[in-house]
Amino acid sequence: MALDDRKSGFTFVGTRPNRPDGLDKVTGRAKFGADISAPGMLFGAVLRSPHAHARIVKIDASKAEAHKDVKAVVTRADFADVLFKPGLEGEFWNVLENVMAGEKALYDGHAVAAIAATSALAARDALKLIEVEYEVLPHVTDVDKAMATDAPVIREGAADYSVPEGMHPNVVRYHDSGHGDVEAGFAEADLVIEDSFVTEATHQGYIEPHACLAMLGNDGKGELWCTTQGHWIAQKTCAALLGIETSQLRVTASEIGGGFGGKTTVFIEPVALALSRKANRPVKLVMTRSEVFRATGPTSSASMDIKIGMKKDGTITAAQGVFRLQGGAFPGAPGDMTAMCAFAPYNLTNVKQIGYDVMANRPKQAAYRAPGAPMGAFAVESVIDELCKKLDLDPVDVRLKNAAHEGTKASYGPRYERIGLVETLVAAKAHPHYSAPLKPGQGRGISCGFWFNHGGETSVSLALSEDGSAQLMVGTPDIGGSRASMALMAAEVLGIPYENIRVTIADTATLGYNDVSHGSRVTYASGLATIKAAKHAVEKLSERAAAKWGIPVDAVKWEDGCAVPSGPNAGDFDPMPLADITADMGSTGGPISGHFEATPEGAGVSFGTHIVDAEVDPETGKTSVTRYTVIQDAGKAIHPTYVEGQYQGGAAQGIGWALNEEYIYGDDGRLQNSIFLDYRIPVASDLPMIDTVIVEVPNPGHPFGVRGVGETGIVPPLAAIANAVSHAAGVRMRQLPMSPPRILAALKDNG
Amino acid sequence: MDYHSPASFAEASALAANATGTTRFLAGGTDVLVQLRSDLVTPNTLIDIKKINGVQDITRNADGSWTIGVAATGAEMSEHAELVRDWPGVVEAMDLIGSTQVQGRATLTGNLCNGSPAADSVPAMVAAGVTVTVTGPDGSREVAVEDIPTGPGRTALNKGELISAVNIPARGANGGDAYLRFIPRTEMDIAVVGVGVNLRLEGDTITEARVSLGAVAPTVLLVEDCAKAIIGSTLDEAALDALAAAASAACNPIDDKRGTIAFRTEVSGVLATRAAKIAYARAKGEQA
Ligand SMILES: Cc1cc2nc3c(=O)[nH]c(=O)nc-3n(C[C@H](O)[C@H](O)[C@H](O)COP(=O)(O)OP(=O)(O)OC[C@H]3O[C@@H](n4cnc5c(N)ncnc54)[C@H](O)[C@@H]3O)c2cc1C
Repeated sequence: MALDDRKSGFTFVGTRPNRPDGLDKVTGRAKFGADISAPGMLFGAVLRSPHAHARIVKIDASKAEAHKDVKAVVTRADFADVLFKPGLEGEFWNVLENVMAGEKALYDGHAVAAIAATSALAARDALKLIEVEYEVLPHVTDVDKAMATDAPVIREGAADYSVPEGMHPNVVRYHDSGHGDVEAGFAEADLVIEDSFVTEATHQGYIEPHACLAMLGNDGKGELWCTTQGHWIAQKTCAALLGIETSQLRVTASEIGGGFGGKTTVFIEPVALALSRKANRPVKLVMTRSEVFRATGPTSSASMDIKIGMKKDGTITAAQGVFRLQGGAFPGAPGDMTAMCAFAPYNLTNVKQIGYDVMANRPKQAAYRAPGAPMGAFAVESVIDELCKKLDLDPVDVRLKNAAHEGTKASYGPRYERIGLVETLVAAKAHPHYSAPLKPGQGRGISCGFWFNHGGETSVSLALSEDGSAQLMVGTPDIGGSRASMALMAAEVLGIPYENIRVTIADTATLGYNDVSHGSRVTYASGLATIKAAKHAVEKLSERAAAKWGIPVDAVKWEDGCAVPSGPNAGDFDPMPLADITADMGSTGGPISGHFEATPEGAGVSFGTHIVDAEVDPETGKTSVTRYTVIQDAGKAIHPTYVEGQYQGGAAQGIGWALNEEYIYGDDGRLQNSIFLDYRIPVASDLPMIDTVIVEVPNPGHPFGVRGVGETGIVPPLAAIANAVSHAAGVRMRQLPMSPPRILAALKDNG
Repeated sequence: MDYHSPASFAEASALAANATGTTRFLAGGTDVLVQLRSDLVTPNTLIDIKKINGVQDITRNADGSWTIGVAATGAEMSEHAELVRDWPGVVEAMDLIGSTQVQGRATLTGNLCNGSPAADSVPAMVAAGVTVTVTGPDGSREVAVEDIPTGPGRTALNKGELISAVNIPARGANGGDAYLRFIPRTEMDIAVVGVGVNLRLEGDTITEARVSLGAVAPTVLLVEDCAKAIIGSTLDEAALDALAAAASAACNPIDDKRGTIAFRTEVSGVLATRAAKIAYARAKGEQA
């Protein structure tokens, strides 16, 4: 999209006011998913498979249905593919199959039936009255085993055209890209390292479990309140799954207690709607933590082979990676993303990457911040680190030598526009952290990371009030302080104070379509739309001023919140403040609003560099992260504090993923650690203060230069921490998480 | 579910003796209520012991021994300066449990009777030689803490019996105790290995010792070989090596989501030496 009047001097943008939702959140006034109720409301509960893979022979719900407190029981028969033939296709079918099992239960925790009853306890207890007859089938949860010839087949015919002949039916998508001649490149290298790496699935670990309140009448009209990153996708998906018209379902997004990609799809929402339709009463459904772990989307687990050749001077001559990602019992593991991101920071003559999307008997993976990228970076940046060590080269210098810049042909194809990787590396080298001495037992790791960022469909609407204040309606749930950023951008254009702008996350009936808050797109895309909507309002304000002054509209310009004559020949008028124009807008032409709808496509890719110090207890294998610095290109930081928050959050989640978080399956294919006690996300005292450096290399695709910052921050940590730990322990760690038992075992193996 | 709040231990015992189905005593509830809410254990009878007179008291007896009420919380123990001075190991073990919120509720007795092999206060109590008073339909008896757990989630208490007091011996001269646990995080986690050490010195030489291991066997262990390894020594390198070896040898752990057999076995030796050093320093009157 062509951009006019790009801006570089700012009044509001770049300041750090309190977020508009802050007071509500610290006082408990904010309403999250479970904080709502309706008259006559019932409570739902979901019956889940105790088996990793089983044919559902029979479901007998008669005892439950006969219970006095039970008002509805639903199974797969209550959804659209049965009720409305010919049924659903593609991802809608996958989502339906995931929210309510069909012929087979595909993973431990897969929903097989649900109940609505007069209390939450009654619903929970009544689940025990449903009798399900299962025929247990062989299962597989490991990605490499799921690809092996003898692996149980999860679903025949799920593979698409991309998969080469002869692969196991569990391999459902294949990606292959690159350029140059890697064999020739390896031949030119002074040192070639080939190594394999494994990462376990991790959960986004949002503190708020999935929760919703659903109402659906037999007239096909419905209301849904839910915690989500995108209520339009919830609307579209639920409508399809229930066989109703999209516009007849109004969806309102609650405040959200974390999502990180995991709330970009639906789980309990269609179930609650189906229960409500059957009971003809509102139904509230709230997941337990254990349900969140077992049945919502963790990230993929991965198994990867990397080969990189380097010259003595640090030049990478060739790079090759094979990335196998397991994404649960459905297509969707982002093997293609892993492959495309893995070598993206580097300017490579010869590069080749292959990605596999593999199904296994686990919950359907969901996005988790830069989905697929962190594991690839872990493998690639570990090998680069090992090359630097063996060739005795400085790891930042080597990365600088090979860094991609404007014009570089990316490993995944296109040529980069203006990007900020080099600037982050230069800042890393200059940062006091990089030259600070290490204590004995400590190691330092660095890593770069890349993420695409996304634009997506966006609608924004802005309305001015008579008193000169403004209300801004955006459709992207605020998952990271975006209301503050939107208000700052609107303030910048309108020239009225930040405090005079109220930003609302509009429901699906109040605004046009909006994509999910994902892909680091909100500040970029809703921000761009906010700027355009505000400009649209400014045009109208200028027209009213021109009419009052009796001069042509192109003789009026907008400055610091006022209409002013554009020059000496336009006439001699005092500046006319916004509030003077809105005061009588009803009689000068009617309400003044601005809006903007588009799919902005200049999101601008993003890079970061992380520096980590870690200390390993050689007797117990326990790691502590002693110092952490995140350096990332934000393009332009609209609200620097919330940008820093994103950087710190990425590092914190990365520390968890690197050190202790993992999905642990027993031999029976059941998840062993579905509570926060045993699924070990870091607690506050596990983390050092995470230092941040905001680099600003403006994105040419945004009027203020914004690049998304939400995801890139989780790409470098796995590798940076692994490199730090490997140096501290004196042994290369190739498997995540680097839990104390794994580190201690590696130390023992190493003698 | 029937809820009772008796005014005496005799009444509590009678209620429990006559109850059918699953009975739980409600002290802090940080195990009972969590298990109830997560649908693991829904008791038929819940007997709240917090209304019994004196259960919150922490008393230093004339002979220097201590009586801890069965509803005295971790927070109250940590804030009791004299108790901390006498038995820092027991108090720090209790203090490791949960968060500030949990500390305001959790009790030694609940930790013991929940029957977890990984319960933090239990190895510290065993090392300290703590006993409990058990009240039942036939009166009261005194039982060593190490004899209460019989397996994961199981205790030696008979139907109708409950604990009415926790008795910590007099500290006496030149003694020190310590408790350490291994967790992969820094707090809010469950012990992968726990070690309690309590010892007494004459000059620089250890004359008495008790070493207890948690989370490495179906019940908390009192390990005589560990005590033997350090009694008579000045906790020199050789004694520490022998202690570590004895601790590792005593382990009978499982491989599970929290740790491997190899890891638990190795780390119990490491922690035993580290805890012994702290107890030794405390016995010498040093800050540790
Ligand atoms: C967030 C959290 C973190 C935790 N962290 C830890 C930890 O780090 N380490 C650890 O060891 N534990 C931990 N726990 C478990 C728990 O807090 C402890 O076991 C605590 O000491 C239990 O004490 P309570 O008074 O709450 O017991 P309750 O829950 O009231 O009772 C526990 C059991 O003891 C029995 N009981 C209670 N009183 C008596 C009595 N007088 N006579 C006979 N039986 C009795 C009950 O019947 C029940 O079976 C944690 C729990 C939570 C919720």
